[in-house]
Amino acid sequence: MTLYPMIWRTELSVSFDGLFILQHWQEFALAVWVTLKIGLVAIAGATLVGLFNAIVLRYANKPVRLLIHGYTEVARNTPLLIQLFVIYFGLPEFGIRLSGEVSAWIAMIFLGGAYLTEIFRSGLQAVAESQLESARALGLSRWQQLRYVLIPQAWSISLPALFASYIFLLKETTVVSAVAVPEILYATTNYIALYYKTYEMLALMTLLYVAIFVPLSLALHRLEKRVQHAQFGY
Amino acid sequence: MHNSAIDFLMLSAPQLFRGLQQTVVIAAAAIVVSTFGGLLFGVLRSLNIPFISGLLRLYLELVRAVPLLVWLFVFFFGLPIALGLDLSSISCAILVFSLWGITEVGEVARGAIQSLPRGQQEAGLAIGLSTPQLYRYILLPQALRRLIPPTMNVYTRLIKTTSLSVLIGVTEVIKSGQQIIERTHESLLIYSALFVLYFLLCFPLSLLARQLESRWSHG
Repeated sequence: MTLYPMIWRTELSVSFDGLFILQHWQEFALAVWVTLKIGLVAIAGATLVGLFNAIVLRYANKPVRLLIHGYTEVARNTPLLIQLFVIYFGLPEFGIRLSGEVSAWIAMIFLGGAYLTEIFRSGLQAVAESQLESARALGLSRWQQLRYVLIPQAWSISLPALFASYIFLLKETTVVSAVAVPEILYATTNYIALYYKTYEMLALMTLLYVAIFVPLSLALHRLEKRVQHAQFGY
Repeated sequence: MHNSAIDFLMLSAPQLFRGLQQTVVIAAAAIVVSTFGGLLFGVLRSLNIPFISGLLRLYLELVRAVPLLVWLFVFFFGLPIALGLDLSSISCAILVFSLWGITEVGEVARGAIQSLPRGQQEAGLAIGLSTPQLYRYILLPQALRRLIPPTMNVYTRLIKTTSLSVLIGVTEVIKSGQQIIERTHESLLIYSALFVLYFLLCFPLSLLARQLESRWSHG
């Protein structure tokens, strides 16, 4: 039912075949691109969903707020893999047949949107009350308050948590390999199944992910330090 | 073929339940190891012993350097070649989830211990407590309240993560569901049931964590 190619655990490969990696570099570059593309789509979509929900939560009436809270609870308390399977294998029964990649986008935006809703909500809450009062005293409209006072400050308060969530979402792209989206992990299993290059492929996969995530987490560390120095509005 | 969705799910329940047992075994084992290992990890990190601190930091960064599913695959397919160690898929899942859980609980524990006012530790040392006594009677009891809610959130993440073990071939609840689907082609119904099932496992835990957090932050 999962769409991974069949892999047997082997002890066949004896020596490390670095040449194999070089011969197929274009295919791996493509897999890296697919990983980044899905990650970026998920990040952009989830940011929009989260920002929208957080603003609506601030102004909407109770039933709408309950709806949004219901969504965040459901999305955060179920595994991405199941969300993906419901969309990819379940929806065709309603006549909605989506490709693996589109299913991956939807599932990841569904999951990420819920996390980002919470982050933006608490970011908006953390903006000092006096900031809002001043904005009102200046006669800014509600939209202007959001655009020029609330969102810029909430954004920088939320930045470290936001960045951490983006890294989390990018890591979750590995899960979409389960519906045959040809990202790095899927490509790895594919090449192991085709050529029995287990050693080489596992090493390459790990290396590629390290190359993506180590710089990102270093950047996160720096960001956290800088934001600590730059708290304002209090 | 089926009178109703309810009848179908009732018929599927025993097989799903057998899979669920495996899921619970993996989750429970990983939770127990993560809790004790994580506490130890957090205490050791907070002690700032030069060599050990560096080692733990290295372990933490290694775990975080790549996604969890990558570690699962590396351990499952790589260990037999590298060490000649033929782990079953379920032990491999428990091992990888535990190694990950230890770092997550560990960072929570370290944060909770380090967030205590510095005076607590100084007062403890001033009345002549040894380091084990300091942790046993002063730091850990106070850190516990700050530690329990986020640790419960780690548990829900661990439960959600057990779903990944189907990808290395563990016959857990999702695999059971897939076997039913292969027989009956009711994918929507089965996957929705799994969706609800996971929600029922995780949501009460998240809710409890949030309640404890708001109660204890005022106490």
